[in-house]
This record gives sequence, C-alpha cells and structure tokens, in this order.
Amino acid sequence: MPLAWGQAVSMCHLQEMASSKSLMNLLTFTFGSAIGFFVCYLLFSIILEEQVKIQPHVLHNDPHGQHSADTDNNQLQGQMNFNADAGQHKDEDKNIAEGLYHKVKILCWVMTGPQNLEKKAKHVKATWAQRCNKVLFMSSEENKDFPAVGLETKEGRDQLYWKTIKAFQYVYDHYFDDADWFMKADDDTYVILDNLRWLLSKYSPDQPIYFGRRFKPYVKQGYMSGGAGYVLSKEALKRFVAAFKTNKCTHSSSIEDLALGKCMEIINVEAGDSRDTSGRETFHPFVPEHHLIRGYLPKTFWYWNYNYYPAVEGPGCCSDLAVSFHYVDSVTMYHLEYLIYHLRPYGYLYRYNPDSSKNPEEQSKNEALENDQKLKQKSSES
Amino acid sequence: MISESSSFIKGVVLGGVFCMLVTLLGHIKVGHGTKAHHHEHHHIQAPNKEDVLNLSEGERVELSKNINVYCIILVKPKDLGHWAAARETWSKHCDKAEFYSSEKVKVFDSVAVNTNDMWAMMRKAYKIAYERYKDEFSWFFLAYPTTFAIIENLKYFLLKKDPSQPFYIGHTVKSGDLEYVDGEGGIVLSIESLRRLSRVLEDPDKCPEQGGMIWKLAEDKQLAICLKYGGVFAENAEDSEGKDVFNTKSVGALIKEAMSTHPQQVVDGCCSDMAITFSGLAPNHMHVMMYGVYRLRPYGHSYRDALVFLPPPGSDND
Repeated sequence: MPLAWGQAVSMCHLQEMASSKSLMNLLTFTFGSAIGFFVCYLLFSIILEEQVKIQPHVLHNDPHGQHSADTDNNQLQGQMNFNADAGQHKDEDKNIAEGLYHKVKILCWVMTGPQNLEKKAKHVKATWAQRCNKVLFMSSEENKDFPAVGLETKEGRDQLYWKTIKAFQYVYDHYFDDADWFMKADDDTYVILDNLRWLLSKYSPDQPIYFGRRFKPYVKQGYMSGGAGYVLSKEALKRFVAAFKTNKCTHSSSIEDLALGKCMEIINVEAGDSRDTSGRETFHPFVPEHHLIRGYLPKTFWYWNYNYYPAVEGPGCCSDLAVSFHYVDSVTMYHLEYLIYHLRPYGYLYRYNPDSSKNPEEQSKNEALENDQKLKQKSSES
Repeated sequence: MISESSSFIKGVVLGGVFCMLVTLLGHIKVGHGTKAHHHEHHHIQAPNKEDVLNLSEGERVELSKNINVYCIILVKPKDLGHWAAARETWSKHCDKAEFYSSEKVKVFDSVAVNTNDMWAMMRKAYKIAYERYKDEFSWFFLAYPTTFAIIENLKYFLLKKDPSQPFYIGHTVKSGDLEYVDGEGGIVLSIESLRRLSRVLEDPDKCPEQGGMIWKLAEDKQLAICLKYGGVFAENAEDSEGKDVFNTKSVGALIKEAMSTHPQQVVDGCCSDMAITFSGLAPNHMHVMMYGVYRLRPYGHSYRDALVFLPPPGSDND
C-alpha cells in the first residue's frame, strides 16, 4: 500500500513537472529520488549489518541463524555463551612428539603393487604414512602420479623377498643419509610412528639391530614377522645391502620374512626386543580385535607356536603404545587413525605410564596411590 | 535553476522516504516471520575450553564433584552377549551403572522390571531410578545394549550445565512436530527433567502406559511426548565444530559413509574428537573400543585438561 501511495505522490509530482515546461526539472527530480533512495539504502544496510554482528553468539554453528527470537518461558537458563573454538586440538601439546620427529628420523617404505595403489596404498598415504620423515611406495612398476617406485620385478608372493632386497637397495642408494631407521611395512599395515620413535629413541642407529614382532622357529635368535612390519637401524641396512654384494645372503626365497631373518643372523644384526616397559608386545601381526578377544585365534593356530615371547590374548596382548597392526583393511585404516589421533577420553589419567621406571613394583605403587586418592575423594564426598 | 534544484531536493527526499518505508516494512515482516516460525531445532554445545581452563582449581574440583552420572542400561536376556560386554567395558566408568532387565537372569545382577515392552521398561526404569537415586545423582544416562559410551566426555560436555535445569540431550530426530532424542545414541536427563518426568508418568492421560493411542509409538518418541508435557524439550548435542557427539551408528559405519561422501577428508569429516556415544556395536567391538579409547595412543601428545578422571579400580582393560 505505501508502495502505491509513493507511486501516486511521484505521479503527482511528475504531472506537475510535465505541466511546467521543464523536462530538465523532471529529470533532476528523478535523478534526485534515485540518489535519495540509494543513499538511504546504503545507510540502512550498513546499520543492519552492524546489528547482525552485535547479536550474541549463543550458538555459533547454528544453521538456523539467530536464536534471539526464542524466548519461550521453558528455555534453559544458565547456558554458557559459547564461542567458536578453532579446533579440538587447541589444547594439545605435541612438543615431545615433535622433538622425537626430528631426533629419530624414520624412512618408511611400503610394499605394494600396481593393482593395490588405489585399493590399499592410497589409504596408507591418507593416514599414517604422512608421519614418516620420508615415505616411499615400492611397486614392481613405476607410477609417477601416485608416486610409486618401480623395482623392476614381477608381482606375486614368491617375489616378495626379491622385492624386499631391491627396495632396501633402492633406499640405500638414494636415501641412506636422510634417515636413521628404515621401516618396511605392507599396504595393509598400520604403523603408529610416534610410538615407533619412542621405542627406537633408546637405541643408536649405529647399532646393528632390527625390531619387529619376534618369531622363534627356524632362526636361533628369532626373526621378524613380515606383515607386522620391521625396522632396520642404519648399520643394519648397510650390512644387509653389503651382504648381497658379497653373496653372504641368498637372493632367492619364497618366504620373505624368514629369509631376511636368516640373513640378519648371518651378518650379526641383533633381533631386538620390541616389547614395552611392562613386557607387552608392540608390533602386531593382526588387527586389535584378533588379539584382544580371548579365544578369537584358536589354540591350534600357528601363531601360538611362533611367538618368541609367550603370546598373550586379552588386554595384556597389546601395549598402550602399540607400533603396528596388520591385515588392516581400508575402513580400519581410518578407524585406527580416528581412535589414535582424534577420539580421546577427556581428562583421563592413563593407567600405563611409559616414562615411569621399568620396575613393576613402582607401577603398582603408583596404582596404590591412585586408589588411595580415589578413596579419599569418596570419603570426603560422603 | 531554482525550480530545478528544488525538484532535485524533492526527488531526494521522496527517494529517501520511499526507501525507509520499504526497509521498515520489510523488517517488520521479517520480525513477524521469525516469531510465527515455530522454532525447529534446539542445539546445545560443549563448554568452550578457555572458559573451562579459566576456572580456579577449587572451582574445578567443585564442578567435578557435582557431575555424577547414573547409568541405566535396558537389557533383555537375549542381549546377554552385549550385556556382558557393557558390564566389562564402558559402564565401569559411570559413577554407578545398573542394568534394568525385562527379567532376572542367573549370571548377572540386574533390576528386574518384569515387562518385555520397551516403553514399559523405560518408564519403570526411570521411575525406579528417580525413587532410589534422586538425592544422589544429578545426571541420568540411559543406554541400549549395543551402545558404547565414553562417560568422561559426557562429564566434560555437562561441565557447566546446571542439573536443576530441565536438560534432555542426545542425538535428536524430528518426526513431524515432535523432536525426540534417538534412544540408540543414548539419552541424558538432568535430575530436574527426571523429576518432571516422574510427575508426568503418574498422569495416564498425558503419558499412558500403553504407548500410542492407535498404533504403538517407539519408546524414545513416547518419552519425548511425556517430557514435553513437563516442559522438557530435546536438544541435539554438538561439539564446537557442529559435529554430533551422540552417534546412533558405529565408528565403522560412520567411516564407511565418510569414505563415500568425502573421500579426501575421511577422518575429519567422520566423527567428533569428543564423541560420547557410538551404537550398533557387537560385543567384540566394545572391547576394541575400550582399548582404542582408554589405552591406545601416540607417545608425546599431552593435553591441558581442566578435569582429571582416574581409571576405575580393579580393571585391566582401561
């Protein structure tokens, strides 16, 4: 209605103008009204924007905009004024982890193949591989886009040892000076680099030593499971590569991890103990479920006879600071990534303290202290 | 000349007046609009970290004492596997957890509600819980057998919320006019809500025992209707990034969805870092979650948390 009224007024004026000779008047009038309108519009839009900004940020991410219209008498009082917070990790302190990243340089190479780049290796790349100081994907043929190194071998289980030798050779030739430790993993292995660094920080890369999930058959000092991944010190890599030049170690075998383990023994590289300070395994040949659930792996399964140290099922199977899991499918890669690096119980005081002394007596003393505290809390409440 | 400038001025004035009228009218229309527009969702968020850390040590201790959570898990004998898993895992982190079963079983302790109907079970459980624990607990968390909950994250979420206010929180769903908390994701009630619920439960007109009039309504919807009569409304719980903290699916299911909807940002797009519940878990998965949440972690990452929660005594899986 005001629209019509406005129009009527302007029509009157226009008629006035038209009747008085001047077309100029009409034009200036029109021009003036346009300017008046625009100036006013600009002013209003500025004022209104300010108003919107001043609105309280009661619910920052609310998709419905302002809640100021809500004044039902059943509304909750005493709600906080929530401001957006940049991320869930703002209060995270990664200093120690970052320090280790620079101190313990790890080169990871992932055993994969042309068929598995998109199916498996891709998810490795999207998750844990980023935490290596350097990562290489080793395939039988080169792929510049992924990128993957071409080892110029064939594919297949019987080629695994040959691929392994060639891969380590490649790493030695191109990246020997760029890292202290050299980790081999499969494209269905999940590796927790922070925990690997913690384990390796207690050793020197100049020691001839390698770590993994230790198996006992066939090799006196034991050998490391291929799937759970294994990591060689700088010195170990040097000796391994040299061993093929001098024919100390055989080139052909259909069992990659066993052959490597035999070679390690020959060249006097020690098979290390990768268990944590409370004796729990860190490298795992299966996914967490298979180790945590009692009875999951039948007692007749080969696994129980292979483990170098007494194998445990249930919660004692696995260190809090586990280093690897194997037979991890794509969904589980992201699942582990989420559980390890994202989801956490707020304020929870972890039971296992990796930095306390190895002495199990001290660990239980700490537990007693904790229980004491809890009892005191309870009694002061009641 | 003068006539031109006067007509110019007239024009400016008219333009301005015209514009003002249009703007003000539009504003009033919008104002009416929002008032008439029935507000649809209620969202509720976790406390901001800065606010929490600014609390003095004494205030933090007081706050953590105030946040005690009583857990109600509704079970039936057929759920024995899940029941056992819940008993051995997450429920140990409740200040007190009790299993409300349709009937007594030999192997485990429970509160028998002597009915198989889910709504009847829920009613009875809330009634009993209120009668017995109204003076002891400020928050009541109800879960189904396939749910896994991280009580520490629940307590953090509830940190600065006043339990004498009517809170009814979880993963909300809208069904027509009714907004209700999906039972699968877990249901959180403050003591005030529970108090109001107990009153409404006495009224057979508002909150009949038989559920819906013609066809049976799901128990979580029934609960919402009854609570509404007490002036208690559902709110969807979110973290500071707007992600749901109560989930009606398992991590695996959510990861699979994320892999197809945003394959470049699977973990970022999936779930909240301070998620409180996941659901649809098999008993084995609960043990895996227990390890993954309470134990498995990367060395060298620490947090400045305002609260401290001790691990429960006599437990070996957390």
